[in-house]
Amino acid sequence: MRLRFWFLLPARLGMTVLLAAPLAIIVAYSLLHRGPYGGLELPWTLESYQRLADPLYLRIVARSLGLAAAATALALALGFPAALAIARARRYRNLLLQLVMLPFWSSFLVRTYAWVFLLRDTGLVNTTLLALGVIREPLPLLYHDGAVLLGLVYGYLPFMILPLYAALERLDPALEEAAADLGAHPWAALWQVVIPLARPGIRAGSVLVFIASLGAYLTPDLLGGAKTVMIGNLIQNQFTTSRDWPFGSALALALMMLVTLLVTHLLRRDAEAL
Amino acid sequence: MNAILELRGVSKAFPQHRAVDRVSLEVKAGAFQALLGPSGSGKTTLLRLVAGFEVATEGDILLEGRRVNDLPPYRRNVSTVFQNYALFPHLTVEENVGFGLERRGERDIRRKVREGLELVRLTGKEQRYPAQLSGGERQRVALARSLVLRPGVLLLDEPLAALDPALRKQMRGELKELQARVGTTFLFVTHDCEEALSLADRVAVMNAGRIAQVGSPQEVYLRPATRFVAGFLGAVNWIEGVGIRPEALRLGLDGAPGNGEKRRRAVVVGATFLGNCLHVETRLESGDPAVIEISRPFPAVSPGTPVDVWWHPHDEMRFP
Repeated sequence: MRLRFWFLLPARLGMTVLLAAPLAIIVAYSLLHRGPYGGLELPWTLESYQRLADPLYLRIVARSLGLAAAATALALALGFPAALAIARARRYRNLLLQLVMLPFWSSFLVRTYAWVFLLRDTGLVNTTLLALGVIREPLPLLYHDGAVLLGLVYGYLPFMILPLYAALERLDPALEEAAADLGAHPWAALWQVVIPLARPGIRAGSVLVFIASLGAYLTPDLLGGAKTVMIGNLIQNQFTTSRDWPFGSALALALMMLVTLLVTHLLRRDAEAL
Repeated sequence: MNAILELRGVSKAFPQHRAVDRVSLEVKAGAFQALLGPSGSGKTTLLRLVAGFEVATEGDILLEGRRVNDLPPYRRNVSTVFQNYALFPHLTVEENVGFGLERRGERDIRRKVREGLELVRLTGKEQRYPAQLSGGERQRVALARSLVLRPGVLLLDEPLAALDPALRKQMRGELKELQARVGTTFLFVTHDCEEALSLADRVAVMNAGRIAQVGSPQEVYLRPATRFVAGFLGAVNWIEGVGIRPEALRLGLDGAPGNGEKRRRAVVVGATFLGNCLHVETRLESGDPAVIEISRPFPAVSPGTPVDVWWHPHDEMRFP
């Protein structure tokens, strides 16, 4: 009993200092006034929350949800075959897993900038296509939703592949043999047996990619330019250029609530399925 | 010869070894055929070749007279009961049993599923998931799932190995009774001699990728074709170059041997009581050790007692 207390203490302290305290500060901020030159002033108010209903911000929330959903769907479409191939690879399985994690060895910022260098008008893709005579003018590859989507899928694909791999690797190969034995074509076996049994992995990967994409701020900032603003950028703006800490805090809390609701909804469905 | 399954010189070579080596075997329709052998003898690979999970590198596999070597598992009229049953954990009992019927687009699936579950006496558990079933129930689901497809041959991979010993004996009886009732040809793999002898009406004994002998349970036990078969199916005493099973030897403490029996002098070395029988270990005059299995009444023997050992010449197993 005492041992348990001491073993849990570091985690408790960590959670208090790193999560609960900042959260309390943000909640307090969100209920205050913005000062004339930024900063915070009393009295308490719900003004920041009322501003959330502004159609301008709702549009940004909707666009963020749409981009995050699209990124999740694309990551799933790309990640599932990859995870399946890795789970089936006997000799090169570990090597392939290392390759999936290889991008984490360098900074996310640097990797996202690399995309800018690849995709800008004078970037590698455009100059190559121009040199080959495929195009006459540079293609607009950067600074729109498509570029942001690409960046999100690129950045968070490993978060999809790893849980999918974990689920698929656990799958008893005899189950697929049983499906084939009972007359199921490999495609039918995939739909009827493999995918349903990989559902926990699909759900975990999707939740990870969706949450990460929804809160993304670096990717839309660098690849979306001024046109694409996601919730993350909006929050960042409030704390920097706009100097509106109460509204930024309210936005951050709203995002957190949204994610919490979505995830608990998904988890409840998971529990029901069992 | 109405063979439902025929193997002609079938081999399966893996990069490292030859798992199945030019095996030929005919299985008659309605037979209960065992593939018996130690682990690594190729029996499971042979079963997987018939199921279509492995492709033969040599030879022909004929099912109902048709060569099926190149057919994938989902086009072969055989069905497998896997060692761990491989039930779909996300489907109910009913859905598991109906899986193959749905894939084949059959009609009257509900009725067929119900009949299948009745066949294995599992009515009332339709809505359960495999995790909610006992080992014996899971095996019944696996049997029903395969049998509802009316396969030409039902393949069973170590069907009783996953069950605990008490249940194993019970399911052995049920399996034999089920096979007799449905009349489907059963081909099953086992490493357990008792299982093979008690269940099957034909036993193929495998060793090192080849079939060492095919015959009735009595033939392979009483008239083994090779020393390997003799030794794998039961204990053997090697006396003067011939094999004699312990239960075929008699201990003569006094009196004359029976009609035509051979007699050798021996000395008791020790005895092991096994409950239903007594194993008396002796050393013959020739120096050969011999174990004699004695059922009741158990004689009182102690090491050093001179005894006679008797046996009938027709119990001798001779090998070239």
